[in-house]
Amino acid sequence: MADSLKIADKTYQSRLLVGTGKYKDFAQTRAAIDASGAEIITVAIRRTNIGQTVGEPSLLDFLPPEEFTYLPNTAGCYSADDAVRTLRLARELLDGHKLVKLEVLGDPNTLYPNMIETISAAKTLVKDGFDVMVYCSDDPIIAKKLEEIGCCAVMPLASLIGSGMGILNPWNLQIIIANANVPVLVDAGVGTASDAAIAMELGCQGVLMNTAIAAARDPILMASAMKKAVEAGREAYLAGRMPKKLYSASPSSPTSGLII
Amino acid sequence: MQLTINGNLRNFDLASFNVAHLIMILALEGKRLAIECNGEIVPRSQFLEKQLKDGDKLEIVSAVGGG
Repeated sequence: MADSLKIADKTYQSRLLVGTGKYKDFAQTRAAIDASGAEIITVAIRRTNIGQTVGEPSLLDFLPPEEFTYLPNTAGCYSADDAVRTLRLARELLDGHKLVKLEVLGDPNTLYPNMIETISAAKTLVKDGFDVMVYCSDDPIIAKKLEEIGCCAVMPLASLIGSGMGILNPWNLQIIIANANVPVLVDAGVGTASDAAIAMELGCQGVLMNTAIAAARDPILMASAMKKAVEAGREAYLAGRMPKKLYSASPSSPTSGLII
Repeated sequence: MQLTINGNLRNFDLASFNVAHLIMILALEGKRLAIECNGEIVPRSQFLEKQLKDGDKLEIVSAVGGG
């Protein structure tokens, strides 16, 4: 049976979800996303530039919504009301599209999520018919609460957004994964391919990243590395790693038939 | 008539026009966008019906790169 990621009744072959921000230009954005193999891509909702942009290409010209599953986000929102308002606009913008990424930030320096506002927004959005993938702190109780509210995926941070610090608390992630009945994806903090592989080895259903690819010296090569890391980590998780044995080394070669 | 569009005040010589007209005036035809008038979404299907009035506050948004 094919190993696919299922979110809100839709299946995906790629477990790598990528952002579309911070690239040099749209062509580089497109090339990196192609190299990543991602099927779900996040976008932000912002005021349209009026006046000086006639004929200027848009993100959608390079990444047609027919080819990808768009995941509009609420980046930059600091209240539940702003997040809900943003995603209602996104739904209108994308012809009734229901799958969204909710994030409500709590502090402009750390971009740490405000979970009180996030929970409030999640309740409203679920009631309103959205399929909510929710960015959250790596608190197992909060993660469970978000699942109970009806979020279709829980996405704890590995470390702060854009920090590239990697997975700071694998133990909490493991508890969240063990208790979850919805997909758990690491969102934010991944810095390099090994971080993505570790997230997948822990049992995450997927990884969402932007800066780790966009801020690499060669974003397209890093996108390819991330694709492989997510696949490798997933396979390692499914394969089931050998137990760690601190004080009982076991040779891989026969112990009999030695010439000495 | 004066409208606030994406936080900026703009004056228009016309006495009355609808959202579809506004999109033409702003040269945004054919672009994928969503519009809010005074905090309420104006569905695309209502662009022709929705008449704008003096003092309306509009938000016009589109999708941009983000993570």
